[in-house]
Amino acid sequence: MVGVVTKMTKSVMRSKKTIYLYLVILAIAIAYTINSVSTVAVAASSITFGLPLAMAAMVGIMCERTGVVNIGIEGTLLTSSFFGFFVAALSQNLIWGLIAAIASGAATGLLLALLTVSWKMDQIIAGTIVNILATGLTSFFYKQGYSLPAIFPRWSIPGLAEIPFLGRVLFQSGPITYFGLIFILVLYFAIYHTPWGLRTRAIGEHPSSADTSGISVLRIKYTNVVIAGAFGGLTGAYLTLELVGSFDRGFSAGKGFTALAIMIFGRWNPIGALLAAVFFGFAQALANQLMIDGLVNIPGPFINMLPYVLTIVVLAFSAGKVRGPAAAGQPYEREKA
Amino acid sequence: MATLLQVKNLTKSFGSVIANNNISFEVNAGEIVALLGENGAGKSTLVKSVFGLLRPDQGEIYIDGKQMAPGDTAAVIASGVGMVHQHFQLVPVMSVTENIILGDEPKDGIFISIKKAEKKVRALSEKFGLAVDPTANIEDLPVGMQQRVEILKALSKDVRLLIFDEPTAVLTPQETDELILVIKNLAQLGVGVIVITHKLREVMALADRVVVLRDGKVVGTTTPKQSDEAGLAQMMVGRNVVLEVSKGAANPGQPVLSVKGLEVFDDRKLLAVKGVDLQVRSGEILGIAGVEGNGQRELVEAICGMRVRAKGEVLVGGMGTKDMHPHAVHEAGLSHIPEDREKHGLVSSYSIADNLILNRFDQQPFARGWFRNMSAIKKNADLLVKKFDIRTTSPAALASALSGGNKQKVVIARELSQDLQVLVAAQPTRGVDVGSIEFIHKQLIAARDGGAGVLLVSAELDEIISLSDRIAVMSGGIIVATIDNKNADRDYLGRLMAGLSA
Amino acid sequence: MRFIRAWITPLIALFIAFAIGAILMITQGSDPVKAYQSLFTTAFSTQEGLAKTFGKATPLAISGLAVVIGLRAGLFNIGAQGQLISGALAAAWAGYAITGLPMIAHVPLCLLIGGFFGSIVGYIAGALKAYRGIHEVITTIMLNSIVLQLAEYLSNGPLKEEGSIIARTPEVLDTAKIGSVAGLPIGFFLSGLLALGVWWIFKKTTTGFRFETVGKNKNAAWYAGIAVKRNTVFAMVACGALAGFGGAVETLGVVGKFEPAFNQGLGFDGITIALLARANPLAVIPGAILFGGMRGAGPTMQFSAGVSPEIIDLILAIVLFFVTAPIISRILKLKNDTTTQVTSGWGSN
Repeated sequence: MVGVVTKMTKSVMRSKKTIYLYLVILAIAIAYTINSVSTVAVAASSITFGLPLAMAAMVGIMCERTGVVNIGIEGTLLTSSFFGFFVAALSQNLIWGLIAAIASGAATGLLLALLTVSWKMDQIIAGTIVNILATGLTSFFYKQGYSLPAIFPRWSIPGLAEIPFLGRVLFQSGPITYFGLIFILVLYFAIYHTPWGLRTRAIGEHPSSADTSGISVLRIKYTNVVIAGAFGGLTGAYLTLELVGSFDRGFSAGKGFTALAIMIFGRWNPIGALLAAVFFGFAQALANQLMIDGLVNIPGPFINMLPYVLTIVVLAFSAGKVRGPAAAGQPYEREKA
Repeated sequence: MATLLQVKNLTKSFGSVIANNNISFEVNAGEIVALLGENGAGKSTLVKSVFGLLRPDQGEIYIDGKQMAPGDTAAVIASGVGMVHQHFQLVPVMSVTENIILGDEPKDGIFISIKKAEKKVRALSEKFGLAVDPTANIEDLPVGMQQRVEILKALSKDVRLLIFDEPTAVLTPQETDELILVIKNLAQLGVGVIVITHKLREVMALADRVVVLRDGKVVGTTTPKQSDEAGLAQMMVGRNVVLEVSKGAANPGQPVLSVKGLEVFDDRKLLAVKGVDLQVRSGEILGIAGVEGNGQRELVEAICGMRVRAKGEVLVGGMGTKDMHPHAVHEAGLSHIPEDREKHGLVSSYSIADNLILNRFDQQPFARGWFRNMSAIKKNADLLVKKFDIRTTSPAALASALSGGNKQKVVIARELSQDLQVLVAAQPTRGVDVGSIEFIHKQLIAARDGGAGVLLVSAELDEIISLSDRIAVMSGGIIVATIDNKNADRDYLGRLMAGLSA
Repeated sequence: MRFIRAWITPLIALFIAFAIGAILMITQGSDPVKAYQSLFTTAFSTQEGLAKTFGKATPLAISGLAVVIGLRAGLFNIGAQGQLISGALAAAWAGYAITGLPMIAHVPLCLLIGGFFGSIVGYIAGALKAYRGIHEVITTIMLNSIVLQLAEYLSNGPLKEEGSIIARTPEVLDTAKIGSVAGLPIGFFLSGLLALGVWWIFKKTTTGFRFETVGKNKNAAWYAGIAVKRNTVFAMVACGALAGFGGAVETLGVVGKFEPAFNQGLGFDGITIALLARANPLAVIPGAILFGGMRGAGPTMQFSAGVSPEIIDLILAIVLFFVTAPIISRILKLKNDTTTQVTSGWGSN
C-alpha cells in the first residue's frame, strides 16, 4: 500500500514536470514578495473559478472513460443547481438542497445511461436531449422571489489555515470545495490503480474484451454514468449553495461545455483536468485583478473565450496525439453470430 | 473419461435465420473436438452460446454436469472455460499484463498489484512455454504474439475447457504447426479443447473427434481415422466438391500493372511496404501469398490510389498514376475488389442499384453533368442482377438485406462490368459460402481469359495455389520470392511466408 | 400508408408533448384548453399573428436546413447557433455601415455577407475535422462560445450604437430591410426556396450523392473516388453559409439590428427541427412554422390563461425526446424506424 503510493508519487514527479512545478512555485513566490495581497487574491480566485470547471470535467471523464460521450454536463449542472436552490430555499435547509442537487444530478445521469447504454441512442443526440430538457424544465418551473437561508460557510482547517499563502488559498474554503478536491485525487488513483479503473478503461477502449472476460459492461457503464451525474449534481450544488447563493434561468452559463474543453485539455486524466481548470481559473482571476488594479484592460469576452480558443488550438496542433477513449461514442452491442 | 461439456438440443435464431438448430454434442476431458463447417454453418454462434456471450432460444448447457444459466459469461469463466477469440479480445493501449488480469485482478489492499500480476504472467508463460513480455503494449506486438497473449489470457483462470475460434487464420503454416503442438500439449494435461475451423488439413492433424455442422445442424460426427479430407468436405458442403479449380493455360501478354520500388506506411506510421517491385501481364493471375499483416493491405491500397505512396510508382497500362486519387486510378482501367466489403466495397444503406454504380456515379451514362440519370442506373442494375445471379427481391432493395455471398457478387459485378485492364482482388472469397466461392473463382478466371491482368491477394494459401499462374510471396513488407505455379509447394511457400530463406 | 408510417413518430411525439404540457398547466392551476386555443389562434389565424409566426419561422427553417445538410453528410452541426450569430452580426454591420446603395443591391449584399461570415465559422469546423481529425461536435461547441463572446464584445464595443445602454448595433438602413408581401415576410419565401433547393440537390445531383455517400460510409466513399476531406469541408461550409444566411434574414427582416439576446437558441431549435423532420429538407418547413408559431405566440398564453411562456421550451424539449428516443417505435413495433446515428466518438474520425 505504502509502496504503491510512493511509486505513484514518483511517476507524478517525472523530471520535466518537476521543473514546471518549480517554475510555478518560483513565480508565485516572486509575485507574493512583490504584492502579497493581489497574489493571494488571484490564487484564491483561480481555485474558486477553476474548481467547478474541474468538477464538471470529472463528470465527462468518468463517462468517457467508460465509453459514453456526455455533452449533457451543462444540463446536469443546470438541473442540479435548480433543484439545489429551490429545495434549499423552500425548506430553508442547505442540506436538503444539497441532497436534492445530488439526486437530480444522478437522475440526469440515469437518463443519459438509459438513452445511450440501454437504448443505444446516438450519444451526442442523447446529451443534447439532456441539455434541452434541462433548459425547458428549469425555465418553466422557475419562480422569482425565493432566497436561501445562507450559503455553506467556509471551514478554516485548524493549523493548515494559518500557513501563509496556502492557508488562505486552500484551507479556508467551503465543504464542497474540500470534498471536490479530494474526490478528484481519489478518482485519479481509482482510474489508474484499482480493478474498477482497469475495467472502466477497458470498457472505454474495447468493451468486448471486458465482456469476454466476464465483466458486466452494462452494469459498470450504468454505475459510472450515474455516479458521474451525482458528482455533477454536487458541482451544481457548489455553484448555487456554496459559491453564488442564487439561481437564475440559464444559470450554468456554458460551464458544462467549458468542462468538455477542460476534459480534452487535461487528456481525460483527472489531475490533468484539474490543472487545466485551475489554469483557466487563473487566467480569469489574473485579468480581473489587473483590471481592479487598473493596470490593463482586457475585455471580459476575451478572457471568457480563452478555454475554447486554447482547446481548438491544442487539438489542431496535437492532432493524432490527443486520443480519447477509443470506444467513446459507440453503443456496445455483442456481435451477432 | 469424464464428460466436461454437454450441450443438449441447443437452438438459436437471429430473426428468421436459424443459426443453430437443435444441436447436441459433448467434450470430454483431455479430448480435442473440431467443429467443422463452412461460413455461416453456425460454428461461432454455437461456441458463443457455450461461452455465455449469446443466449440460446432453447436447449441446455452443462459443464461438469452443472447446468449453466444462459448468457452468464462470468459463471462460465468461473467454471473453468476459456476462449481464444477469432478477433482478439485485447485492449490495444494496455499492457500484456493488464490484459491478462482483466476481470480477475490481483490486489494489494484496494489497489491492483502490478508486481503480483506480472509474476503471475511470467509463471503462466513459463508453465505453458509461451514466451511474452509482460510489460509490452498490445498494439506494439505482432499478430502471432497477440494470439499468444490471448491464449495466456484464456489459460490464466485454471482452464479445463478451452475454445479456439478459427485460431490459424492469421498464422503461417509453420506457426500453425506450433499451435497444433501447443493444443495437443494442453490436451495431454487433461484440458478439453474445442477448435473451430473450416480447414480440413488442420482437422486431420489435430482432432480426436470431428463434429460437422451444416446450415445450423450437426450433420455428422466422425474421427480423422474413419474419414479423409474429401469425405469431410462432402459432409461439410453436402455434395461432391471440386477442390480443384479447372482452368486453361494462361496466355500472358504485355504488362498492364507495374509496381516499382513502392514504399508505403501503415496507419501507425510504420513502414509496412518496404520496396516492392512487381508486374502483372494481361491474361494472367498473379497471386500474392502471405500471412495477413505483412503489408498486403497497404500494398493494395497504395496501388489503387487510396493510400499515400512514400516512394515508388505504379503504372497502369504503361501510364503512371498519382497516389491519393482513387478516382484517377480507377479511370485508368483498374478495378478493385476490396478486402473489406462492408467497410469499403458497399454502402449498406444504399440500394443495390446505387451500389452497382458506386464508383461511376458521376460518369456517363449514370450522370449527365451535374444530374444523376436514374433510368440508366436502374437499367444497369437490372442487367447486372441477372448476369451475376445476385439473389434479391429487387434492385431497389438495400444492400444490407443481402447475404455475404450476394454482397460480394454486387461488388464483383460492379468491378467486372466496366472496361478494365487490371483487376485487383483482395480476399475475394472471405466470409462467402462455397457456392459463391465457386462462382467468384470462375469470374476471376473469366476476367483473366478476357485479357485482364489479375492481382489476387489472399490469406488462403489453397486459393492462391489453385487460381494463380504465378505466385509472389510477401513477408515483412517485401516480396521474398516470385515463383511459377508449377513449382508451388505448400511447405516451401510456408517457409517463404514465415520469412525464412528457402 | 408509407407516408403515415414515415411521419407517425413525429406526430405522436408532438401529441405526447402537448399532452404533457396540458398536464403541467393543470397542475399549475391553469386551463390548458384556453392556453392552447389562444396559442394557436394567435399564431395561425390573425393577420398580425401569422406575420409574426412566419417571421419567427424563417430563421428557424434556415438553421434547420443548415443542420439537415450536416446530418445528411454525416456531420452533427451543433454550431448552427454560432454560424447564425456571425451571419446576423455581419449583416447588421453591412446594413448600417454600407450606405448609398439601392435596396435591390443592399439587401442581397447584406445577405451574402451574412452567409459568408457564417461559412467561415463552418469552414473552421469542417477543415479541423477533415485535416486534423477533430470531431465537429467539439469544435462547433467551442466555436459557438467563441463567436458568442466575440459578438458580445463587438456589439458592446466597436460596433455599439452610440448612446445605447445595452449592447447592440445601430439600426440597419431602410435600404437593407426585408419587407413583407401580402402580410408575409419575404424572408419566409426565401427559406421555402432554400428548402426546395436543398431537397433537389440531394435528390438529383452528384453533389448530393457525394455528401450522402460520405455521410453513410466514409471509407466506401474514398474507395469510390470521392474526395472525402474536401466534401466534408464543403458540407460544413454549406451548413455555415445557410445558418449565416438565416441569421442575416433574421437581422434584416425581424430585429433590424444585432442584439446578442435576440437570437439565442435559434440554432438549437434548428437541431430539434432537423431531427423532427428526420433530415428531410422539405419537412423542415412545416416544423419551422409550428415552432415559429409557438415561439411567437407563446407570450399570449400568459395573458389569456396565466401560463408562463417557458412552457414552450419544455414542450419542444419533450418533442425532441420522443422523436429521437426509440420509445414510440418500440411500442408500435415499427421496423425501419432506425434512430439517427450520426456521430462517432472523439477518438475516431
